[in-house]
Amino acid sequence: MRLRYFVRRLAMLIVSLLVASFVIFAAIYLAPGNPIAALSGGRSIPPDSLRVLEARYHLDQPFLVQYWFWLTNALHGNLGISITLRENVSDLIASRISTTAGLVLYSSILIIALGVGLGILSGLRPGLLDTSVLVITAISASLPAFVAAIVLILVFAVQLQWFPSIGNGVGFLDQVKHLTLPAFALAVSSLAIVARVTRSAIREEARREHVQTAVSRGIPTALLIWRHVLRNAAIPITTISGITIASLIAVAAVVEVVFGLAGLGAYLVLSAQSKDLAVVQGISLLLVTAFVAVNVLVDVLYVVLDPRVSLGSRQ
Amino acid sequence: MSVGAGLATGAWRRYRAGRQRRVSPLLIISAAVIVAATFVAIAGPLLAPYNPDLPNLSQYFVGSTPDHLLGYDAQGRDVLSRLLVGARTSMIGPLGVTLICMTLGALLAVTAAWRGGAYDAVISSGLDIVFAFPGILLAVLASAVFGAGLVAPVLALSVAYTPYVARVLRGAALRERAQPYIAALEVQGASATAICMRHLIPNMLHLIIAQATTLFGYAMVDLAAISYLGLGIQPPAADWGVMVSENQQGIIQGFATPSLAAGLCIVVVVVAFNILGERLYERGEARR
Repeated sequence: MRLRYFVRRLAMLIVSLLVASFVIFAAIYLAPGNPIAALSGGRSIPPDSLRVLEARYHLDQPFLVQYWFWLTNALHGNLGISITLRENVSDLIASRISTTAGLVLYSSILIIALGVGLGILSGLRPGLLDTSVLVITAISASLPAFVAAIVLILVFAVQLQWFPSIGNGVGFLDQVKHLTLPAFALAVSSLAIVARVTRSAIREEARREHVQTAVSRGIPTALLIWRHVLRNAAIPITTISGITIASLIAVAAVVEVVFGLAGLGAYLVLSAQSKDLAVVQGISLLLVTAFVAVNVLVDVLYVVLDPRVSLGSRQ
Repeated sequence: MSVGAGLATGAWRRYRAGRQRRVSPLLIISAAVIVAATFVAIAGPLLAPYNPDLPNLSQYFVGSTPDHLLGYDAQGRDVLSRLLVGARTSMIGPLGVTLICMTLGALLAVTAAWRGGAYDAVISSGLDIVFAFPGILLAVLASAVFGAGLVAPVLALSVAYTPYVARVLRGAALRERAQPYIAALEVQGASATAICMRHLIPNMLHLIIAQATTLFGYAMVDLAAISYLGLGIQPPAADWGVMVSENQQGIIQGFATPSLAAGLCIVVVVVAFNILGERLYERGEARR
């Protein structure tokens, strides 16, 4: 049954990606403006050259044929040429992908370590700590990443001068230092949500009968929490962590712009402003793929943790 | 004291206790913030003490004065006036997303739950596919293609959020559809439209309102981010997201107020909507 679930989920993934790629291509195809004019920079072109250009970029073909050319090229790693930089979009993406990947990874670690940690702590210890975690997370859960970013810049870059507020840095340690404030800004709202869900999952689990039985059997507290509470609470915690981490992929763009990081998202925004549509297409396609892939990964993990899900999917 | 009066005071005490348990101060504050924000969004231009768009470069980042409580921004404009006027553009976008999403989501959810079968399967898988687009990404794409402004991002976010709304409402509609009173109405020969409009949707109303409230908060965060990125509302128009961005240089130069004040406005309103939405949802669930 599990295998059937995985196959179905994989098929859904492929259909989602096909539809997404179609929407991205169609949106740019429908965009006002003529691609030849963009290429020539507005100069008039002799009809012969026009025909050559149209043939080279398949602009004389019907819409669906053009989509097919674009998609097969994209699958081969060829995403076209940026009209502002006159470089391959794939090369431009390759040089920026590590910043975005590093940022998202750094944030994910913060979310899992601090979010789950705080949630467990406040779930197990009712009282002042729990109350303050609840109040702080209620506010920070609704904190937009760019507002969190300017507050972090003000406190940690301008006043305390612990971390730099702009740029990528050189060398591994310097890069990590440059990514620290962006990673916290990106993580803050997801961290709060994960902490809240973890807290209520722990509370719910600790009340269950099997835990009460374990308590009465005299199982040591640490073992009890690890084996009976955490293991069952892991299902909602994994789900919410996965969903929030997937959403970081898109929100990273905002954080990259605030901190002047040379990442994919900041480049997407720049290209959207300058109407460099081949770049917009390429980066959108890549980010949607990453987003969908992480979501599928979470679903698969969910089934591994809780076999009841795949049984339920039969009906 | 007569027995009647004793009963009455007992009832009054229970009534008071019940009220106190139900309406928390947090809920009252949230509602007050939302009412105030809505009032400013409507009457903002009348409340603004100065012209929000009149630059005065000699007053570049001048701090608070008795006449200008929040000081001047990067172009020497009165910050308070811009915040008051900016409430309208900052609130009208999320309102648009909420109205479109709730209408579309409720329509898809109720028809899918009512008809079931192949129609339901098609709608549900369609919604699953739209899930593939993160809201912000779709808004950036829409803004790149159709030009920056309020309309393209609002439509894009509406599309991206509809699956979230529809999925929850479909579940609720399915539960409601299975109730005996619906079958009773069907036996009496009431039309599907009449049952849905007069009974099924009104019975889901608490969930619809709770979802709309939470959605407004999310849409506000995303639209402010889009404005901040320069892909939404365009400067010099006053908008909270735009204001955070155009005064960001002040953070490093020691004039943090203009940027922070705009950010604070966004956070306060969003927190109010989130708390209200959460409480409405809890009360709706408790009543069932």
